[in-house]
Amino acid sequence: MSNASMEALQPSLQPQPGAPDNWKRFFTFSTDHKVIGIQYIVTAFVFFLFAGLLAMVMRGELLTPEADLVDRTVYNGLFTMHGTLMLFMWTFPMLNGLANYLVPLMIGARDMAFPRLNAAAFWLVPVFGVILTASFFVPGGPSQSGWWAYPPVSLQNPTGNLINGQSLWILAVALSGISSIMGAVNIVTTIFRMRAPGMGWFKMPVFCWTVLAAQLIQLFGLPALTAGAVMLLFDLTVGTSFFNPELGGDPVLYQHFFWFYSHPAVYVIILPIFGVFSEIFPVYARKPLFGYPVVAVSSLVITGLSGIVWVHHMFASGTPGWMRMLFMFTTMTISIPTGIKVFAWVATVWGGKIRLNTPMLFALGGLIMWVFAGITGIMLASAPFDIHVNNTYFVVGHFHYVIYGAVVMGFYAAIYHWFPKMTGRMYYEGLGKLHFVLTFIGANLNFFPMHPAGLMGMPRRVASYDPEFAFWNVLASLGGFLLGVSTIPFLLNMLSSWARGPEAGDNPWRAIGLEWLVSSPPPHENFDEIPVVVSRPYGYGSDEPLIANASEKE
Amino acid sequence: MSTTNVDQSLEVATVHAGEHEEEDNRMFGFIVFLLSESVIFLSFFVGYIVYKQTSAEWYPAGFEGLEIREPLINTIVLVSSSFVIYFAERFLHKENLWGFRIFWLLTMAMGSFFLFGQAVEWMHLPFGFKDGLFGGTFYLLTGFHGLHVLTGVLLQGVMLGRSFIPNNYAGGEYGVNATSIFWHFVDVIWIILFILIYVWK
Ligand code: HEM
Ligand SMILES: [Cu+2]
Repeated sequence: MSNASMEALQPSLQPQPGAPDNWKRFFTFSTDHKVIGIQYIVTAFVFFLFAGLLAMVMRGELLTPEADLVDRTVYNGLFTMHGTLMLFMWTFPMLNGLANYLVPLMIGARDMAFPRLNAAAFWLVPVFGVILTASFFVPGGPSQSGWWAYPPVSLQNPTGNLINGQSLWILAVALSGISSIMGAVNIVTTIFRMRAPGMGWFKMPVFCWTVLAAQLIQLFGLPALTAGAVMLLFDLTVGTSFFNPELGGDPVLYQHFFWFYSHPAVYVIILPIFGVFSEIFPVYARKPLFGYPVVAVSSLVITGLSGIVWVHHMFASGTPGWMRMLFMFTTMTISIPTGIKVFAWVATVWGGKIRLNTPMLFALGGLIMWVFAGITGIMLASAPFDIHVNNTYFVVGHFHYVIYGAVVMGFYAAIYHWFPKMTGRMYYEGLGKLHFVLTFIGANLNFFPMHPAGLMGMPRRVASYDPEFAFWNVLASLGGFLLGVSTIPFLLNMLSSWARGPEAGDNPWRAIGLEWLVSSPPPHENFDEIPVVVSRPYGYGSDEPLIANASEKE
Repeated sequence: MSTTNVDQSLEVATVHAGEHEEEDNRMFGFIVFLLSESVIFLSFFVGYIVYKQTSAEWYPAGFEGLEIREPLINTIVLVSSSFVIYFAERFLHKENLWGFRIFWLLTMAMGSFFLFGQAVEWMHLPFGFKDGLFGGTFYLLTGFHGLHVLTGVLLQGVMLGRSFIPNNYAGGEYGVNATSIFWHFVDVIWIILFILIYVWK
C-alpha cells in the first residue's frame, strides 16, 4: 500500500473528540457501531429480565387451576405485555445489537453506512420500552388484547380515555417499527456497499447473509403491520370503521396485515440465529461449514417463501378451504431450505474435533430444541391438525421451543462466543456450563408439558383451567422458575468477567473470520488497514490465508 | 496472490472511501427506504380494493361518487411537475444556478397548487373520515399521500434556501437528487391512487 493513501486514512483512526473511552461511553449518543451494538444488547437484556419476571407471575398463577394469584384482567395484561416485550423489546433489539456489533467487523468495514442514523434508531428503543411500561400505570392498565391486538377486542376502551393501554401499545409498536426500518436501511446498505475489497458475496460469512435476509423482511414486511396499526389507531381513537365489525369494518383484514408481517417476523428472529449456529459449529468442531454456498443462499430462499405463508395463522379465521390448502402447501415448502441448513450443521459437527465450550453447548442445545420445534411446526402447518389445536397450549409450546429453545439459546451462544471479543476478557467456563444446564433443563421442563396439555385441550391465554391439566402445569411452572433462576449465574458471570475476568487475547477460539484479526476489544474504526479478503470463510483445516496481508498482521 | 495486486485493490478502496462513496451510500439507502415505504401505500391500496369489493354499502348514504374534473386538473399539474423538476436538475448539472432555482420554484408552486386543490376538495365533500369504509379509506389514502406532497414541498424549500448559501452548490447534488427522486415517487403513487379512487367506478 502506498504511503500517501495510508496517510489519508490516518486522521479517521483517531477516536471521536470528546467521546469518553471507558464504560461511560455506553451512556452517550455514540456513533461507533460497537458501542451501539452493546447498548442494544444490554437494553434488550434488561427488558428480557422484566418480561421474564412477568412470565414468572404467570407461571405462578398457573401453578394451581384457580385464578388466585392475580385476577383475570391482570393476567390478560400480563401475557400481552410479556409477549410484546419479549418480541419487540428483547428479540429485535438483541439481534440488532448482534448485527450492529458483528456485521461491520465481519465484512471489513470501519462502521455502519450511516452511523448517526444508527444511534438514533437505537435511542428510540428505550423510548418505546418506557411507553410500553408506562401503560401499567394508566387507568385501565396495559393492553389486554394479546400481542396480536386483534380487533374487535383491541378496539374496546372501557375507560374512554384517549391515552389508554391499547393506544400506548400501538404507539410503542409503531415507534419500534420506525426504529427497525431505520436499522434495516442501514444494515442493508452496509452489507451491499461497504464490504472490504475481495469480499464477494460468496466470501461473506453466513451470519451476514442471514442478517441481510432478515432485514429484507423488515423492509418489505414491516410496513404492512405499520399500515394496519395506523388504521387500528384511527379506529380506536377517532372512531373510524376499518376493522370494527359493528360499523361494517373487516376485522379479518387486520389479521392479514398483521400476519403478513408477523409470520415473516419469526424469520427475522430465527435467521440470524441460524447465522450464529453457522458461525459457531465450524469453530468448535474445527471443520469448514458444510455446503457453505447453499447454506448462505437458503437464507434468501426462506425470506422469499416467508412472504407467502402467513395465512397459516388464520386457518381458523373463517378462511376458505382452497386458501387453507394453498397456504398449507407453501408453509410446508419452507421446511426444505430449513432442513438443508439443519443437515449442513449436523454434517459440519459430525466427526469433528468437538470442543464443548459454553457457546458450543448452547448452540447444540438450541439446535436440538429447534429440530423439535420444527417437527411440531410441520404438524401445525397441516390445516386439520391446526384447527384442532388452534389457541391451545400446544401452540404455546411450539413457539416457545422456537423462541426460547432456538432463539434465546442462540443468543446466549452468541454472547458467550463473542464476549471475549467485545470485552477483551474471558468468562468463567464453570458458571457458563452451569447456566447452560439450568437453561436446557428448565426450558424443556417448562415448554414440553405444554404440548400434552394442549393436546388434551387446554386453551391458551387463560388464568384458570380445568384441574385435569394441573399435572402438566405444575411441571411447566417448575421449569419456568428454573429458567428464572438460570439467569443468575449468567448475570454473575457476565458482570464479574467484564470487570475482572482473565485477559482473553485477540482470538481465544482460534477462529477464522475478520473480526478475530483485530484486537479485543476492537479499536475505534476497527481496522488500521482495510483487509483484502482472498478466500472463503470457514477455512478450518486448510492453510489458505483469509486475507492477503495476513503475514504482516501476525 | 502477488503483493502488487493487493496494493492496487487497497488503493482503489482508499480512493473510494471518499466523499463520493458516502453520497452513493446515502442514495442507495434512500432508495431502499422508499421501496420500503411503498409497501405502506401498497397495503392501503389493498385495503381499499378489499373494502370496495366486499362491503355491502360502499358509499356513504346519499353520496353518488366523486367529481373527477378538479382532481384531474390537480393530477395533470402534479404529473407535469415531475418533468419540471427534472429540468431543474438538468440546470443544476450544467451549473446554471438561476435556471435551477426558477424551475425548482416552479415545482414547488405546482406542488402547493396540488395541496391547495386537495384542501378545497376536502372542504366541499359531503362526508367525513368516520363515514363508512369509503370515507375512511378515502381520507386515509389522500391524507397520507398529501402528507408526502407536503414533505416534498418542504424539502424543496430547504434545498432552494441552501442554493443561496455562497459556494454551497445548491445544497449538494445528493440533497437535490434525493428530493427529486422522492418527488417522482410521490407522483407515481398519486397516479395509482387517482385511478383507484377516481377512475375505477
Ligand atoms: C422464562 C421463560 C418463559 C416463560 C415461563 C413463558 C411463559 C409464557 C406463558 C405462560 C404465556 C401465556 C401463554 C398463553 O396464555 O397463550 C406466554 C406467552 C407468550 N410468550 Fe412466553 N414465556 C417465556 C419466555 C418467552 C420468550 C423468551 C419469548 C420471546 C422471545 C416469549 C414470547 C411469548 C409470546 C409472544 C407469548 C404470546 C403472548 C400472547 O398470547 O399475546 N416467551 N409465555
Ligand atoms: Cu407463521
